[in-house]
Amino acid sequence: MPELIAKTALAGQAPATHAGTTLAEADLGPVTSIACFPGQQKAVATTLGQPFPAPNTHAKGLCWTGPDQAFLIGRTAPDLTGLAACTDQSGGWVTLRLDGPLAAEALMRLVPLDLHKFTPGQAARAPLGHMQMVLMADAQGFLILVFRSMARTAWHEIETALKACAARAAL
Amino acid sequence: MRLNCPLCGPRDRREFYYSGSEDLLNRPAADATVEAWNDMLHLRLNPAGVTRDLWYHETGCGSWLLVTRNTVTHEILATERVADRKGAA
Ligand SMILES: [Zn+2]
Repeated sequence: MPELIAKTALAGQAPATHAGTTLAEADLGPVTSIACFPGQQKAVATTLGQPFPAPNTHAKGLCWTGPDQAFLIGRTAPDLTGLAACTDQSGGWVTLRLDGPLAAEALMRLVPLDLHKFTPGQAARAPLGHMQMVLMADAQGFLILVFRSMARTAWHEIETALKACAARAAL
Repeated sequence: MRLNCPLCGPRDRREFYYSGSEDLLNRPAADATVEAWNDMLHLRLNPAGVTRDLWYHETGCGSWLLVTRNTVTHEILATERVADRKGAA
């Protein structure tokens, strides 16, 4: 079989900057959903070599995504046979970065959370408009994961919100 | 209206799918009478006051919540995860 070229959902999309706030696609590499079997969370953490994330947090490429469930991001999963159900989600999601002074304000037009209080290390499962989203904050800003098929919609919705906030700030 | 998801924290109503009465949690035994099954499947109270019903945290963590609320004052009195209840699988 010929070697296929892996492309992110928005490959070639240039970043968009409005009022010092930048929307860009990010490539997080491999993503694996890890759903612990009942009572196996500690054993999963031991195998991963790091604590299982508490609800609404992420650390070292491991992000809480639901009860007993997390996304392992940026590296391939170790063998968790008998401990957890692992599904390769790489390429199934698009990741957007939103960084800058208007990031929280723009995102709050689409996400019903108080994002001014959303600090690095925090994560959330929440809607982006009507889309399912995994949201993370790091030192740089927001990381927004939505289904790959929603990539252009998410980009359009966020950039529109950002433009509106930028226009308002310019008044 | 906000519901306090025990895992995600206080969240907007739009994140939840409303399922209906908690009656659905109380399945009769397999050999129960036809009347008991009829009650569980079809008979619903419509109380003016405290009611308990099931909500699904659809665009959040995916938990089913048992919500105690007051239909007159709109107060949310309690929320708990169905999975955390005694006897839950
Ligand atoms: Zn939740």
